[in-house]
Amino acid sequence: MIISIMLFFIASLAIIAAVRDDGYGPFKPTPIAFKIPPGWPKPVSNIFANNKLTEEGFRLGKKLFYDGRLSKNGEVSCASCHQQFAAFATFDHDLSHGVSNSFTTRNAPGLFNLAWRTDMHWDGGVNHIEVQPLSPLTAPNEMGETLDSALYKIKKDTAYKRMFKAAFGDAVINSQRMLKALAQFTGTLISANSKYDKVKRGEATFTPYEEKGYTVFKAKCATCHKEPLFTDNSFRNNGLELNRFNDIGRQRITQLSSDSLKFRVPSLRNAQITFPYMHDGRIYSIPR
Amino acid sequence: MIKNLFHTRISRAISLVTICFCCILIASSFSANNNPGNKTGTLKISFINTANGKPIILRDSLYSNYFGETYSISKLKYYISNIILSHNGKLNHMDGYYLMNAASDENSIELTLEPGKYNNLQFLLGVDSIRNCSGAQTGALDPMNDMFWTWNSGYVMFKLEGTAAVSTADLNRIEHHVGGYKGENNVATKIGLDLSGKNELEIKAGSTTELVIEMNLDNYWHGNAAIKIAETPVCMVTGELARKIASNFKNLFSIKSIHIIP
Repeated sequence: MIISIMLFFIASLAIIAAVRDDGYGPFKPTPIAFKIPPGWPKPVSNIFANNKLTEEGFRLGKKLFYDGRLSKNGEVSCASCHQQFAAFATFDHDLSHGVSNSFTTRNAPGLFNLAWRTDMHWDGGVNHIEVQPLSPLTAPNEMGETLDSALYKIKKDTAYKRMFKAAFGDAVINSQRMLKALAQFTGTLISANSKYDKVKRGEATFTPYEEKGYTVFKAKCATCHKEPLFTDNSFRNNGLELNRFNDIGRQRITQLSSDSLKFRVPSLRNAQITFPYMHDGRIYSIPR
Repeated sequence: MIKNLFHTRISRAISLVTICFCCILIASSFSANNNPGNKTGTLKISFINTANGKPIILRDSLYSNYFGETYSISKLKYYISNIILSHNGKLNHMDGYYLMNAASDENSIELTLEPGKYNNLQFLLGVDSIRNCSGAQTGALDPMNDMFWTWNSGYVMFKLEGTAAVSTADLNRIEHHVGGYKGENNVATKIGLDLSGKNELEIKAGSTTELVIEMNLDNYWHGNAAIKIAETPVCMVTGELARKIASNFKNLFSIKSIHIIP
């Protein structure tokens, strides 16, 4: 009898230890369905193939996106250059800024419909949405931080421990999880509710001026700015002169002289709020 | 009577829980015993890096290459992946990506294999193109390992840094970051090592066989292409120079020894 009581005691302790909660609650992620707007092409096949979209992953990505601690001195977050009110582009600045009053050499593009893109950046140098943040995070004239140090800072924050656990099942914080969470946030920013979209869905009609503009657009612009994304995702040389930074664009990535001065064809969605235009923001307004 | 009954119930409940607990204990010890430890063996592939017949020691010794250029090494890292072992005409494809780093005391890969004789070992020096464009990775492929290009995505397959008096680069440095996974710029190189004759590799059940592979840096500078430090101290992008350096990769590796670890 004494032995069984002792065994019972040991067993209970073991069971308590086994099921003891780590204080962050059970792992029950809420899946998010990625909705393709009607009539749109399918997104890039490998975008979320190894990154299951969940509410928790999205929320974590959102927190990281707005967190200045990812930069060297806390000044700059992803959102500093990718400003939400400007369709996540840099508003009213030709060149985006980095830490300690530094300038970058390019205008941060708007972040939307990234799930339909095979490669990122003006020159297409980044081959997957998940690895894109590594570039601005480590560039000395952008966030100027090391991956090591950025992770060190967020690991100290118990709110992050809780959120990584909620998104990934345990509180391990590593670069892969951080990047996957960021991709859940940026990859699900979708622009598909403009007047154009409403007209296409039969919920609105163009004014006569808009109708004429659309006709001209279809005849003259739509090859590169292909509907419904308003870009064909290609890299083209539109005749702009080499700038003061000797930015040769796509050639730097491919080492091919045939790619000299080629840059991504930007989407014309949100064009009203993403000025100034071009890779270096040299054109300030649409009439130009 | 009532009190007695109550007492019996409690003691019954206690014994039930105890029995359950013991069952769990026994079951778990059984499952541990069921590990197929006796039906498989272990292959430990160890890499040693040499130059001029000596093991490479970072920031210490001076070495000289085929062209008589003297240099020292401060960093030496490379990826090994896509290991394939041939056994009875069957190819065993092994998962895993491994980063060999001269700064580590030991660079080895442990694989669990069926017992028997293996007659060929193949591996990729580098990271295959699919993995180069599959998003954020972890482990050996974590970008924290400083082997991933952030501005032009892709892994550095082989990294050599050091100094040489003949280098015309800043601070006389040598900085070779050899990478590229696309089309003709792909520098990941298949290496094949024959395991027949004196290099017979046998895996025995329950024991570990160690295969020591020597990476001889002397063959890095010549073979297919002449890589002179004076002419090309720096290689930081994919393309022609990286391809030229990589054309010597085939001759870097040889089998140094095979033995059973007692």
